[in-house]
Amino acid sequence: MDYDVIVVGAGHAGCEAALASARLGLKTLVLTINVDKIALMPCNPSIGGLGKSQLVREIDAIGGQMAKTTNKTLIQIKILNIRKGPAVQALRAQIDKKEYEIEMKRVLENTKNLTLRQGTVDKILVKDGAAVGVGIESGLLFGGKAVIITTGTFLRGRIIIGEKDYPAGRMGEYPAINLTKNLIGLGFKINRFQTATPPRVDKRTVNFSKTEVQYGDKQPLSFSFWDEEKIYQSIECHLTYTNEKTHKIIAENIEQSPIKSGMVNTHGPRHCPSIDRKVINFPEKKRHPVFIEPEGTYTNEMYLQGLTTSMPVIIQQKIINTVEGLENARIIRPGYAVEYDYIIPSQLNFTLESKIIENLYFAGQINGTSGYEEAAAQGFIAGVNAALKIMNEQPLILTRDNSYIGVLIDDLLTKDLMEPYRMYTSRAEYRLVLRSDNADIRLSKFGNDIGLITNEQYKRVVKREKEIDRLISKLKASSLNPDRGNNIILEKMGTKPIDTPLSIYKLLKRPEVNISDVIDFTGDKRDNYDRIILKQVEIKIKYEGYINRQLSEIKKLESLEKYYLTRDLNYFKIVGLTYEAQEKLTKIKPNTLGQASRIAGISPADISILMLNLKGKLKARI
Amino acid sequence: MGIESTGTIVAIGTRPGEAAIGIVKLSGDRSIFIADKIFRSKSKKKLSGIDTYNMLYGHIIDNDGHTIDEVVVTLMKKPKSYTKEDVVEINCHGGIIATTKVMELCIESGARIADPGEFTKRAFLNGRIDLSQAEAVIDLVRSKTEQSLKIAAKNLQGNVKKEIKRLKEMILNVLVQLEASVDFIEEDLEITPYQKLTKKVREIKAEMEELISDEKKGEIIKNGVKAAIIGKTNVGKSSLLNLLSKKEKAIVTSIPGTTRDAVEEILYVEGIPLILVDTAGIRKTKSAIEKIGVDRSLKHINEAELVLLVLDGNRKFEKMDLEIIKKIERKKAICCINKVDLKQNLEMERIRKYFNEKFIIKISALKGIGIRKLENKIKALIMDNGDLNLEEKIIINSRHKNILKEVSSLLDSAEKAMKEKMSEEFPSYDLKTAYGLLGEILGETTRDDILDKIFSQFCIGK
Repeated sequence: MDYDVIVVGAGHAGCEAALASARLGLKTLVLTINVDKIALMPCNPSIGGLGKSQLVREIDAIGGQMAKTTNKTLIQIKILNIRKGPAVQALRAQIDKKEYEIEMKRVLENTKNLTLRQGTVDKILVKDGAAVGVGIESGLLFGGKAVIITTGTFLRGRIIIGEKDYPAGRMGEYPAINLTKNLIGLGFKINRFQTATPPRVDKRTVNFSKTEVQYGDKQPLSFSFWDEEKIYQSIECHLTYTNEKTHKIIAENIEQSPIKSGMVNTHGPRHCPSIDRKVINFPEKKRHPVFIEPEGTYTNEMYLQGLTTSMPVIIQQKIINTVEGLENARIIRPGYAVEYDYIIPSQLNFTLESKIIENLYFAGQINGTSGYEEAAAQGFIAGVNAALKIMNEQPLILTRDNSYIGVLIDDLLTKDLMEPYRMYTSRAEYRLVLRSDNADIRLSKFGNDIGLITNEQYKRVVKREKEIDRLISKLKASSLNPDRGNNIILEKMGTKPIDTPLSIYKLLKRPEVNISDVIDFTGDKRDNYDRIILKQVEIKIKYEGYINRQLSEIKKLESLEKYYLTRDLNYFKIVGLTYEAQEKLTKIKPNTLGQASRIAGISPADISILMLNLKGKLKARI
Repeated sequence: MGIESTGTIVAIGTRPGEAAIGIVKLSGDRSIFIADKIFRSKSKKKLSGIDTYNMLYGHIIDNDGHTIDEVVVTLMKKPKSYTKEDVVEINCHGGIIATTKVMELCIESGARIADPGEFTKRAFLNGRIDLSQAEAVIDLVRSKTEQSLKIAAKNLQGNVKKEIKRLKEMILNVLVQLEASVDFIEEDLEITPYQKLTKKVREIKAEMEELISDEKKGEIIKNGVKAAIIGKTNVGKSSLLNLLSKKEKAIVTSIPGTTRDAVEEILYVEGIPLILVDTAGIRKTKSAIEKIGVDRSLKHINEAELVLLVLDGNRKFEKMDLEIIKKIERKKAICCINKVDLKQNLEMERIRKYFNEKFIIKISALKGIGIRKLENKIKALIMDNGDLNLEEKIIINSRHKNILKEVSSLLDSAEKAMKEKMSEEFPSYDLKTAYGLLGEILGETTRDDILDKIFSQFCIGK
């Protein structure tokens, strides 16, 4: 064998997959159509956001790359939902796209065991039902013990602008035509999705005085748990709105929108609708927000978040010029839609290895997802598991109750995709526990076990956890006397005075009281404690009731996850299951009873039947 | 009973004994095959050869070729049958032997005896009815009164299901509002303020509270209310019972202590099924047998939801009366001053110390005086002055009620979170949990072995 792991594609999934595998000591080859386009960000110039930031922090906690590269190349960082609870807050960074590509390429090139090479893969080499390598269009063959496909939107990619369409993986790039045929030949079921991106305009032609300025946060922050938090110098974004003139132009030209003209029939993401779609679907809305975001420090290109369209370029220009502040804005590159093949992800295992061909993994947009972060999370899991399998180690399987990554993969494997899949906090039923702020505490043990998180790093997490517990006990033990002095302080804090002794722990449960206000009562100085520790203690105490409810719910449901369903089960032979259940279970072939219970159309009654009929055949995990 | 819905099941669907017909029911993949094996039709047709909802006339023949019974066989092919499986009903002549023999033949041919409730369970598992409808089947079978039958029939048609789905929808609407403001912050969405959402949550809760309070009425209709008649010996307790039930039941004499044992009678007072217990008169006694009677009386008092105390207006207030009054202090009680047709010697001011004037009624059990008034008081006490008119109401059972109570406290929690201005994800979590719990009423989501518990209440053959 030439290589241990071959990664096809060098986008966000490919990079994480290759780095994880190489860092675990395996000889890793990355093949990409163009080595100048590594970790490209073809759509929005930002990383993170709701649900997505949790994914990035989780990858980081287990030893992935994305958060680190983000820290190095961000030009603005802020906490979204700062007024809401900790579970739905999210970090988001504006990125210098070019810097990100350069930095990620530098990391790849300087990673031991990792080989980067240009080449368009057109076939997967399969022997005895297992992948053994790939072939590229030039005719060269590469042997590998595992192959990870992370080809994004390139499979039979087709770009559409107005009434024009042409084959392309991204704007100006060749698509991968042959690989799809090869995959279908191997027995994979393929479907098509569509996604689109807004036009970019020249910064010099935007009148920013007519827009609202959007600043970054001025407090110390870090995307990665392993870097120091710091205050970043930030570049502003701007906010403006569409208006009735905009909507009129869109309405007048709607027949030329590919979604109306029939040029695009596939499902696009509902969460990221084009402005054409917004105008059709929400006629009552007088305006839609448009965020003007810089594509980088050294470019004049500005991304128009909210103005996604694939109308003919002339109309795109007209639409833009109706918007306040954009009256004279000139398009540098137009918006476009891309339609591409994805493989139906229920054909995969929790390790992202395919069920049909052994040692063949799929990760990223090819699995029907959307977003850099969703792609990176899958790439990381596929890379780690391909490596672990080759090393004969236990796989790394994350679950819904420990991570957003677990939610992401479980959803992909279990639910029917109607549109490109994007993460939201509401997809995670245990989101009060799965927070961005505690991803290290939740997951770094996994990273340490497989060897991507060093012992020193892990010890730091354990130490912090202990300090958190110690401070909580301390706050429970110290109590406040109802004397005049204390009550004056309490009133100054804007909270009710007390007439009986009250523990500081209970005081902190009052909505209006903050941890930094009460720490003085313990006799300690605020500065003795790390900000991060104080924040964790505050969250744990303030939301204790809700968090505990969720934890006990997780405990209750764990039992179903412990039952593994074998792959060779013939559901049609299980009498009592409804036909619908038999069909769905056969199609998805769930790994655990828990997963089966989450399939739409599978009732609790079906689960009871499975449990009782298969008692002998079900394996309980030790 | 484990949940194991495999194979073809058989049961006798009618009550064993002498009757005009007896029905043996088969359900499952092999029903038609099994029936064809033991049945010879007059027309030589096979069940496998006829259309659904058709009947054949003929005979059941045993292995030796002997005719067991003359029968009519009905075929209901899947999915349009009670269980959504192939169902065959064999209408035999009534009687234990014929039906049992036919069932045995079915078992020899590959069917197995159905567990209690298994036919209905299959209807539920196969998705023909939801859990609330399956429960309605139990209630229908067990109905003892016309009104409870009406309720069960309505629930079988999906009365509860519709109501729960509506409540779920209402919760979902609030949830959507909360979630939108969490995950879609940059979409410029119009967010419904907490104040409006709290109002909605309160509305949902109010509707649930109504269901919960109506449940009690449903229970009264289904199970009746236990009431005890107590008093000293020979004050006219049995006469009162007779008057209420309008027929002679307990022995009425003037020898003290005739009613040594409690007499139970089910009767309707203003439409309320009253399980009335006429207790032995309470007095100090040395007779062992009578002592047992008195002890039992005390036990009945404890179990009763309503107590009718009978005092003799003709006699003076005695220490014994006071002792009895003390025993019923915590009970819902009506004090009946009997024998108003005779000279009144009872000191009313003493009685008024223990009873509200509203619940002191003068009657004559023998002459039938004051009976209407008494009946009205009974109704008022049981129904808490509410109405028993349940025609338009949705009546849930106690399992539903317990779930609704949990849901209701989650709604409280959501309301509290919103009042404290906690972030949306917290009330949202309360509501999501509530939403899931409501699904348990319909069997969409379940905990533990709730299905087993429900279906084990069935009689065999349903």
